[in-house]
Amino acid sequence: MQRVSAKVLERVRQLMADGTVAKVVGWKKGEFFYDCAPSVFETVESLDDLVYDSFCASNLSKYMIKNSVLPEGQTGKVLVLLKPCDTYSFNQLLTEHRIQRDNVYILGVGCEGMVDIEKVKAQGVKGIIGASEKDGILTVETVYGNKDVAVRDVLVNKCETCKGKTHVIYDELISENEDEGPAGDRFEGVRALEAMTSEERFAFWKAELSKCIRCNACRNACPACSCRKCVFDNNASGIASKANTDSFEEKMFHIIRAFHVAGRCTDCGECTRVCPQGIPLHLFNRKYIKDINEFYGDYSAGETAGQRGPLINFTLNDVEPQIVSDREGN
Amino acid sequence: MKKIAFSQIDNLLAAIAATQKLYMPVETAGQYNYGEWTPGTTYNPDVLHTVKSAKSVFFPQSEDLIRFKRDGMNLSISPVAPEDEDFVVFGVHACDVKGFAVLDRVFLYDPVDAYYTSRRKHGTIFSVMCKAPEETCFCGAFGIDATEPGADVDSWIADDALVMRANTEKGEKLLESLGSLLTDCDDTAADQAKAETKEILGKLPLADLNTNGFGKDVDLLTLFNRPEWKELASGCLGCGTCTYVCPTCQCYDVRDYNTGKEIQRFRVWDSCMYSDFTMMAHGTNRPDHTQRFRQRFMHKLKYYPDRYEGVFGCVGCGRCLQKCPISMNIVKVMKKLGGEA
Ligand code: SF4
Ligand code: SF4
Ligand code: SF4
Ligand code: SF4
Repeated sequence: MQRVSAKVLERVRQLMADGTVAKVVGWKKGEFFYDCAPSVFETVESLDDLVYDSFCASNLSKYMIKNSVLPEGQTGKVLVLLKPCDTYSFNQLLTEHRIQRDNVYILGVGCEGMVDIEKVKAQGVKGIIGASEKDGILTVETVYGNKDVAVRDVLVNKCETCKGKTHVIYDELISENEDEGPAGDRFEGVRALEAMTSEERFAFWKAELSKCIRCNACRNACPACSCRKCVFDNNASGIASKANTDSFEEKMFHIIRAFHVAGRCTDCGECTRVCPQGIPLHLFNRKYIKDINEFYGDYSAGETAGQRGPLINFTLNDVEPQIVSDREGN
Repeated sequence: MKKIAFSQIDNLLAAIAATQKLYMPVETAGQYNYGEWTPGTTYNPDVLHTVKSAKSVFFPQSEDLIRFKRDGMNLSISPVAPEDEDFVVFGVHACDVKGFAVLDRVFLYDPVDAYYTSRRKHGTIFSVMCKAPEETCFCGAFGIDATEPGADVDSWIADDALVMRANTEKGEKLLESLGSLLTDCDDTAADQAKAETKEILGKLPLADLNTNGFGKDVDLLTLFNRPEWKELASGCLGCGTCTYVCPTCQCYDVRDYNTGKEIQRFRVWDSCMYSDFTMMAHGTNRPDHTQRFRQRFMHKLKYYPDRYEGVFGCVGCGRCLQKCPISMNIVKVMKKLGGEA
């Protein structure tokens, strides 16, 4: 279901067989057709379960923090499969010195957009047992009968407004996509929020964030959240927490987290994708990205490794805190 | 058997809520979780699973236990009394109903958990049979019959009606209190509905999943030392999603919260996937994430059955299949480490 699938699988096998790489970080075939899991492959035989299809939305960059540290005695690099958007996260992690680049072999893989099974289910599709894709139509086979859905209606959130098909870092590339630029306007949702009155906006976020169970999936999936020990897990910090202690914390946890990753968030979309409560966390991040673009000029975190982001730079033209009241809190 | 027209279901719920608190799947910003009925709440029969399970009604994610307050040289310590109001939980499916049995064995017996026990005593569970189970459902693997949940009141959606039967004294009391809203009926409609659900259950992809290779008769250390744990855990993010959505996960942590005026000691769900789980003075006894990952599945599939006459600690609701951000779950563990078919 991705044009380059077969080529990718074959090439990975070759690279492992000839000893170029000793390990592969990729997606592993699931129980159903849509639930492949990020996994580490250590033998050529295990690669029988490697997949690359339209359900490989998860971003594997963050796994390279751990996996780019080679165990003693390992020769050969660690291969990681990265989609175009994932490469921004990888670069950002390089900028932050979190990945040992020399130990990694990046195989960039072309991508035509990933499918979100939750969105398929939201169309009333239940009891899924199989699927096939042809000409942009996904035919889902269920115990209640077949159903056709258009792939463009069930794309993962981040894919709806895909940044483009260019890999910003790779060692080898297998892609058949022309880069036609961004697929849509990713700030549309932010603008809708900005157009609300502050009361409406407060009500919107209150309802969304009241669902949060502090499972930390958003934080743990986020490549920008890579602190060795998060303050919220550290019992000595005084603010460690396993649930939202009150409604203030319920809101502030996410706002603070978004601030912490502002300027480093590459908009990879993992937070929203993984949230079990369907909270549109990306709207926080995109608001900050939009503001950064407006105040400091267009900036894309992770575009190049080693770049210096506007929030950790100083220029005489920087906006003053006054901007908050100038914009009436927006 | 009693019945009410399905179109009248919101009246039924209002009638229950008129005399006691009513919890049911409630929508907030597009997601369903158990919450309190308020006027205008409607029941959505198309929602199979709430995100958090019905466990959250009896064992909430966090609850206060004690409050400490200092006033000059005096320290006042006030325990928070367990809730003792009657309430009803509506819309529970068989998996969550059986989930209570898993929690009961832990919380109702020595050392008795006063908070949980009190809610169990005061709560009446009103099940609704699942009409459209999903591919992630595998309650059958643990011997659970989705068509006979065995709650205080069981109900079935059949022939444009909600058909119900009380199984316990509490259940009978509840149905009696609803009096004239309900009319008598025979078993035909319910039997028909059960047969339909059974047919679908038989067609689901996990219908043949079994527990071979787990349970009290297999060797603990052999299972514990299987090399495959490492690979199974290799993608796990160590978030707590699977444990927080699970109807049978029962671990909690006790914490203090300083409000500035007093200390609130509360308990909060914990997760074996977290790095400080069961942290002790000497440090943690599971320093490696593979060990933490293994704990969750060993608990459901080995330690719990060892402790409780072979009963498994998973009810096959499938929430961890649906919600894990990396699609790792108990079924994959069972298939990898257990005996196929
Ligand atoms: S993933 Fe969702 S529910 Fe979990 S902590 Fe993040 S926002 Fe809350
Ligand atoms: S382990 Fe998974 S399937 Fe089993 S009861 Fe818990 S959430 Fe449900
Ligand atoms: S797991 Fe079983 S009881 Fe639970 S919803 Fe699915 S079919 Fe119903
Ligand atoms: S198994 Fe999945 S849901 Fe559970 S901790 Fe690991 S990544 Fe999170």
